[in-house]
Amino acid sequence: MDKLIYLDYQATTPCDERVFKSMLPYYTTCYGNAHSEHIMGKTALQAVEQARKNVADLIDADSKEIIFTSGATESNNLAIQGAVAYLLSQGNQAKQVITLATEHKSVLETVQSVVKLGLNPIVLPVNSEGFVNLNRLENALKQPTLLVSIMMANNETGVIQSVKEIASLSHRYGAIYHCDIAQSVGKLAYHLSMKALDIDMASISGHKIYGPKGIGALFLRRKPRMRLLPLFYGGGQERGLRSGTLAVPLIVGLGEACKILIEEGIEEIQRLADFKRMLLQNLYKNIPHLNINGSQEHCLPGCVNLRLPQLKASELFKRVCNLCLSSSSACSESSLAPSYVLKAMALSDEEAFRSIRLSFGRMTTLKEVQQTIHSLSQAWLDAMTVL
Amino acid sequence: MQNAKPLVYLDANASEPIRESAMQAIITALKVTGNPSSVHTLGRKCYHLLEDARETLVSCFGGSVQNCIFTSGGTEADVLAVHGQIHQRPLWVGATEHPAILNISHSKFVLPVNDKGVIDLAYFENALQNTPIAPLVCLMYANNETGVIHPIQKVSELCQRYGALLHVDAVQAAGRIPVNLEHLGADSIAFSAHKMGGAKGAGLLLLNSRDHNAVSVLNPLFAGGGQEQNRRGGTQGLPTIVGMAVAAKEACNNHRKDIALMRDEIEIQMKKLGAVICGEEANRLDNTSCIAFAGIPAQKQFMALDMAGFCVSTGSACSSGKISQSQVLKAMGLENLAGCALRVSLPWNIKSEDISRFIDVYRHYIKTVI
Repeated sequence: MDKLIYLDYQATTPCDERVFKSMLPYYTTCYGNAHSEHIMGKTALQAVEQARKNVADLIDADSKEIIFTSGATESNNLAIQGAVAYLLSQGNQAKQVITLATEHKSVLETVQSVVKLGLNPIVLPVNSEGFVNLNRLENALKQPTLLVSIMMANNETGVIQSVKEIASLSHRYGAIYHCDIAQSVGKLAYHLSMKALDIDMASISGHKIYGPKGIGALFLRRKPRMRLLPLFYGGGQERGLRSGTLAVPLIVGLGEACKILIEEGIEEIQRLADFKRMLLQNLYKNIPHLNINGSQEHCLPGCVNLRLPQLKASELFKRVCNLCLSSSSACSESSLAPSYVLKAMALSDEEAFRSIRLSFGRMTTLKEVQQTIHSLSQAWLDAMTVL
Repeated sequence: MQNAKPLVYLDANASEPIRESAMQAIITALKVTGNPSSVHTLGRKCYHLLEDARETLVSCFGGSVQNCIFTSGGTEADVLAVHGQIHQRPLWVGATEHPAILNISHSKFVLPVNDKGVIDLAYFENALQNTPIAPLVCLMYANNETGVIHPIQKVSELCQRYGALLHVDAVQAAGRIPVNLEHLGADSIAFSAHKMGGAKGAGLLLLNSRDHNAVSVLNPLFAGGGQEQNRRGGTQGLPTIVGMAVAAKEACNNHRKDIALMRDEIEIQMKKLGAVICGEEANRLDNTSCIAFAGIPAQKQFMALDMAGFCVSTGSACSSGKISQSQVLKAMGLENLAGCALRVSLPWNIKSEDISRFIDVYRHYIKTVI
């Protein structure tokens, strides 16, 4: 079989060799519990704090604004459940929590679960390009709202929302704004700044930015102070917001991943943007009537969601076994249902089944892009010949 | 560091050093790209690694793969067990439980322990007889500070007789004494990877079910993604999970007999100087010793040993970073010793010469202050 080409960077990225190396000493020699008082514990804690600073620096935040979690799913849950629980405990009378139909399941399900608290979850639609309609958001905000959670870049389409406007609207109506930035950290052509975007809470995942799986972070604004109730209690780590022994090697890995992005991120994105241009130019040429789902103007450089003419994605996948592609988010992929993200963008089931998500990144080579163009074009042609 | 001698790590109950085999498994898994939920070749490879780990863990600890839930650690596993199984039941917890259980945000009825640190079974049965609603009982298998082992089988028999559910925190016991879901008769058991010689960042919750092929439903702590059969959302932390399985297998199969001898030798020598061993009369983990010298503050003992390159602890390593009085010892009626006790816990790779050196240094220090 041909060498595998990994084109599923939105599901998870390879762990960078430098990240891997940075983690090793914290497995083998400095294995203390970061909250032990002895020298081994103190050394581990120093490494944790350095990693915290790296995460903060990447998003223009303060170290004290970073809480480590087990991943973006936990961060999303902690942000939404935690902020809502805190506001309710303070007697806040607002009854709404607003999100978007194309959010990651961990946000959608968490927002929908506020029904149990007697609150009203509002799931706003998107247009065919994948964007929230800001007028509709503003209309919804006219009812007192506790929190708005709208992601920056979508995991299936790469479509980037106008976060700054969403933040500003949310704040104008007194709502907290949480943003899932798992897919956008380190993947934009400019530096992400929590301050500039006026974001209150943001979720980060390690394994989407060339770090390890099993680690994530939550940005929690200090000025003005964002307050949460924790999802669970215990040893009181992370200032009481996230109990459990700190996963030192994973945290160090996340910190290193952020450091690399600070140093190389912008350049890397430029390269990916070139790859995407080349990929699309060639595929458009070779596959007549090929479509792209979602806005291309505001989209991640390393991601594209293609809609094939006439051919089901599953049929195409059979012909390109060497390409690691996906049809939707990894979480829901095995369910065989059409992508809810694409359906929210007004695609029919049949159109959604003809769609593939293709995402690439740091380790992708020019040769792999060329091979991908060739394989996809050839597979489409072969399939058409059979038909 | 001032001293040239290498550090001697005697804080295994805070975190065990990683086992070489677990490290290799972690390295391998870190180098595999792919999300276990993806259906392409690399995704399936990750899925198989994950499911193999599940099978290994079930072969070590009983239960079924259907009801083996990966979490981020022992704390999350404990909380998930309670959150998922409490329903309308009252929550009963042992007096010496880990903060993960003691600090759960739910009203609790505390089950007292005797002066040995062991649950008072007569009291417990009496309480079960008199409760209008059968509770969810949380009892740790072995205590983190003293190593004291609770008679879980007796407790589970009582729970079954009175319709109570039993959750066992086996974080400290697993890998040190046999732990098996069916033998213990528990409804759920929590584990932590890094306490078995795996890495930090993974844990496990085993659920009991009458039908091994059935997936027991559990209300998740976090929503999303549908992983772990909708009982724990989020991409699984594959490398740490794979390492946990390898570590568990090795820990369960290769427990060293000489660890008990080394621990006993420390205790014999310290008792000669007047030490009290907390929980000594109870059945204990063989790597753990809670040594108290009345009148000598734990902080001072700790500092002297730390300076000499010995890593011990004054209690559980949680958030504080500062020394507070041990709640475990207070629950055992040892208030007078609570600020004067050190926890010495031997890791799986301890060397006997390090223990000899530790005894010398500790003895010398105690002699200078008494």
